Amino acid sequence: MQQQNDPHPTAPWDADERERLDNVHPAGWRNPQPADRYGLVVVGAGTAGLVAAHAAAALGAKVALIERHLLGGDCLNVGCVPSKALIRTSRLYAEMRSAAQYGAHAPAEIHVDFPAVMQRMRGIRARISRADSVRRLVAAGVDVFFGQACFTGADTLAVEGATLRFKKALIATGARPDTPSIPGLVEAGFLTNENVFDLTDRPRRLLVIGGGPLGCELAQAFCRFGSQTIIVQDWPLFLPREERDAAQILSDAFARDGIEVRLNTRAVNVRVDGGQKLVDLVSDDYHSTVAVDAILTGTGRAPNVEDLNLEAAGVVYDTAAGIRVDDFLRTSNRHIYAAGDVCLEHKFTHTADASARIVVRNALFLGRERLSALTIPWCTYTDPEIAHVGRYVRQAREQDIPVKTFTIPMHDVDRAIADGEEAGFVKIHVKEGTDRILGATIVARHAGEMINEITLAMVAGIGLRTMARVIHAYPTQAEAIKKAADAYNRTRLTPTTQSLLRGWLKW
Amino acid sequence: MAHMTHAGVADVVPDDEALLDGLERAAFGYFLEAVNPANGLIADTSREHSPASIGVVGFALSSYPVAVERGWMARADAVARILVTLRFFHDSDQSGSPGATGYKGFYYHFLDMQTGVRVWRSELSMVDTALLVAGALAARTYFNADSGEEIELRGLVDAIYRRIDWDWAQNGETTIRMGWKPECGFLRYGWDGYNEAIVLYVLALGSPTHPVEGDGYEAWTATYQWENLYGCDFLYAGPLFVHQFSHAWIDFRGIQDRFMREKHCDYFENSRRATEVHREYARRNPHGFAGYDEECWGLTACDGPSHQLPELAHERRRLFGYAARGVPYGPDDGTLGGWAALASLPFAPDVALRAARTMRQRYPEMIPAQQYASSFNPTLAGGAGRRAWVSAGRFGLDQGIVVMAIENHRSQLIWRLMRDCPYVVTGLRRAGFRGGWL
Repeated sequence: MQQQNDPHPTAPWDADERERLDNVHPAGWRNPQPADRYGLVVVGAGTAGLVAAHAAAALGAKVALIERHLLGGDCLNVGCVPSKALIRTSRLYAEMRSAAQYGAHAPAEIHVDFPAVMQRMRGIRARISRADSVRRLVAAGVDVFFGQACFTGADTLAVEGATLRFKKALIATGARPDTPSIPGLVEAGFLTNENVFDLTDRPRRLLVIGGGPLGCELAQAFCRFGSQTIIVQDWPLFLPREERDAAQILSDAFARDGIEVRLNTRAVNVRVDGGQKLVDLVSDDYHSTVAVDAILTGTGRAPNVEDLNLEAAGVVYDTAAGIRVDDFLRTSNRHIYAAGDVCLEHKFTHTADASARIVVRNALFLGRERLSALTIPWCTYTDPEIAHVGRYVRQAREQDIPVKTFTIPMHDVDRAIADGEEAGFVKIHVKEGTDRILGATIVARHAGEMINEITLAMVAGIGLRTMARVIHAYPTQAEAIKKAADAYNRTRLTPTTQSLLRGWLKW
Repeated sequence: MAHMTHAGVADVVPDDEALLDGLERAAFGYFLEAVNPANGLIADTSREHSPASIGVVGFALSSYPVAVERGWMARADAVARILVTLRFFHDSDQSGSPGATGYKGFYYHFLDMQTGVRVWRSELSMVDTALLVAGALAARTYFNADSGEEIELRGLVDAIYRRIDWDWAQNGETTIRMGWKPECGFLRYGWDGYNEAIVLYVLALGSPTHPVEGDGYEAWTATYQWENLYGCDFLYAGPLFVHQFSHAWIDFRGIQDRFMREKHCDYFENSRRATEVHREYARRNPHGFAGYDEECWGLTACDGPSHQLPELAHERRRLFGYAARGVPYGPDDGTLGGWAALASLPFAPDVALRAARTMRQRYPEMIPAQQYASSFNPTLAGGAGRRAWVSAGRFGLDQGIVVMAIENHRSQLIWRLMRDCPYVVTGLRRAGFRGGWL
C-alpha cells in the first residue's frame, strides 16, 4: 500500500491514467519560446489559473501559463473530482446494505470490489481532464510552460531557464495538505488527499485524523467500502464552522454507518509495531491507543508560497495565511495579483474560479471588483450533505443584525419521505421583520444542489416573499425551500390582518 | 369516577389537584429515600451504588421549603436536614485534588455518598454547582426566622455562594466553561446555543465577590437561534429539559433580556411554545415510533434503552442509552421522559396535564409507586403483555423537576422565593433583564 507522501502518482498505469497524464502533463512536452512580453502570466494551472488563462486569452490578451506538476490542480487530480467519484460508489454500497428499508431485497452477500471502485474513479478523472488539457490551452492561444516558476524581478520571472516578462501576473499556486505535527506520524507513513486516490488496496482499518470536510467525506466513504474506520476530531463537533445541528446530524449519520467517532480527541503519538500503526489518543483525561493499517490526515491546508522567490517581486506573504491581497485581489506588487487557495480563506474550487474571474477583470480591464462582494456557497459531500451560503446566525448577531430562521425539517417534505432521505433540514436566515435572506444552511441528501437556489436568490436580491411565489415542481426535495418561504408568508398574517381577512370573506 | 385500566383493575381517576398533590409528594419522597442523613447528599439515581449528584442536592434543597409548606415535613426537621447538607459542602475539601469534593467554590459533579469525595473521575461542574447553589439560595430565602439554626443556615449559604470563583470559570474567555478536571484543566466543551445555563449566568453575574462581566452573557446569547419551526416562533433548543430547568427557579413571566425584548417574547412564553413544538413533533412522529402522539410526547435528557442491556443485546434499532434526546433532529430512539411533559405544567398547564394523564393511563408501569421512571419506550415493549420498555429505578433530577414544576404551578412558591433573593435580582439585572416583577 502506498504510504509515502510522494507528489508523483503511483496509481496503476492504465489507459485512463495515460489519457489523464497526456492531457495534464504530456510526456516529452517542450516549453515554447517566450514572447517578448506577456499581458498576463499565470503561475499555477489549478482551477484559478486555468480559468484566468482561458478567460484572458479569450479576451485577446497574450497569456503564459506555468505549471510545475499537473494541469487541473488539486480539484481534478487529487480533490473534488476523484473524491466525488468515490463517494458515489460508497453511497451505492450503503444503499445496497439498507435495501430492505426501501422495500427491496438486499443482496445476500455484498462484496466490495475496491480496485473496481478506483478504476471507475480513474476513468471519470481521465474524462474530465479533457477539459483541462494542454491542447485546449494551446488552441486557445495560451503559451504553456511546465516547470517551477521563480520571480526574478517586479515584472519578470524564470521558468526552466527561460525568462518571461509580464505586464500583469497572477499567482495561483494553490495549497497542499498541512501535515499535523504528531510525533512518529511521518515515520509511520500516512495518507493525504495527494496519495489516497492512488490506493489499490482498501485499508482494513483506517484512522482519519481531522473532522473537516475532507476527513468527514473520506471517512464515510471508506467506512462504506468496508474499512473499519475511526475518525478523531480535536473539537467537540465535526465541521466546527457549521451550525451545531448540522454537525450533530452528521455525527449521528456517522454512528449509523458504523464509524467509530472520537470527538474532542487528539492523536498525540504514532508508532509502528508488527506492521500495524499504533496511535495514542487523548480526550481530556482519557488516554487510549488504537491499532490501524492506514492513517489519513485532513487537518487543514497550507498555501504554496515557497520556491517562488516572491521577495524578488516584492510580494508580501505569510506561510500560514498565504499571499496577502487586498479586496481587489492585488498583492503588495500592484502588477501582481493572486487568486484561489494560495490567498483565500475559503479554499474551494468555485471560489478559486470566481476569484480568478475577478482578477482578469481587475488586472486587464481596470476593474474594481471586490472579493468581499461575492456570495459564496459551500458544501461538504457527506451523506447527508451539509451546504451553507451567506452569514451564519452567530455572525449576523455579532453584527447586531436581528435574525429569524425559517426551518423546515426534511421529514416535512413529501419527496424526502418518498426517497427515504429525511435526515436534515433547510434553515433560511432572514433579517428580522424583513424577507431579506442573510444566509442558509441545508442538510439533506442533495444539499449541494439545493443551496444553489438560495445563492441565486441572494445574488439577485430576491427575498422570501418572492420565493414563495416561485412554483416548485412537485414532488422535489427543493420544495423545502418553498415551504420555508411559505412559512415566512404566514408570519406576515398578523392578528389584525387575519381579522380583516375574516371580515372580508364573511362579507 | 371509575374506569378500567389496561390491566383490568378498577381505578379511581383523581381530580387535578389530588393527582398533582400525589405526584408531587411522591416525587419529594425520593429525597427522603435517597439521602444520606449524615451529610445530606442525595443519590443521583435509586440504583444500587449510585453516587450523589450535586445537581440533585440542589433540587432537594429547593424542595424542603415545599415540604414544610405542604405539611410533609416539620420546619425544624427541614432546617436540620439542610444544615447537615450545607455544613458538609461548606467544610468539604476544596483543594481541587483528584480526590477532593470541590475547587474554587465549585463541586465535582458526582460525589461518594458516604465520604463526599469525587467519584467516576467526574468534572468540576459549573452548571450543576449552579443548580446546587440555586437550591441553597431558595432555602436561604425561605428559612428567614431569627432562630440560631436558621441564622446559621443563611450564613452557610452565603459563605458557599460567595466563595464560588465564577470569574475563574471563564478561563480568560468571555463565556463560562462547562467543566474542569484536575487531570487536564478546563474541558473544551463550550456552551453553544440556548440551553439550561441561564440560572448559571444569573448566579455568576449576581455574585458580590467574583462576578463575571455582563458581556459573557451577551456572548452566550449571541449563539441563540430564533426559529420558526412547525409554525411556531421560538428560541430553539432540542431537549425539553432545557426549557424547564432554569425556569424552575426563575420566574421569567414578563421579564425580558435584550434578546427577548428584540423578539417580543419571554423565556416563560418560549417554554410554552417549545411544548407545542414537542407536541407537533410527536404528532408527526417522523420515525414512526410506537405511542407518539399529541398526548404522548417529551424528548429530553434521560436514561434510555441500550444494547448493553441483556434483553436488548440483539435489538437492531439504534439505541442511545442515557442521552439528551431532542426535537426535531434527535437523537430519537422512541424513548420519552414521562416526567418531562409534566414539567411543562407551569407553561402549558392544560396540554401538560392532559399528556401526563394520558401517558400515565397508557403506560402505568412508567410511574411505579407514583414516582416517574427516567424514561419509557413503547416501541420496545418486547411482548409478553408489556406495553413499554421502562428505565430501571428513578433519577433524582427527574423527581426534583416534578416537585418544582408542580409547586410553581400550584403556588409559585419557588419563584416567589427566588424573586426575593437579592443575588438573583442583581444577576438578572446585570444580564440585562427588565420589566415585569423586576
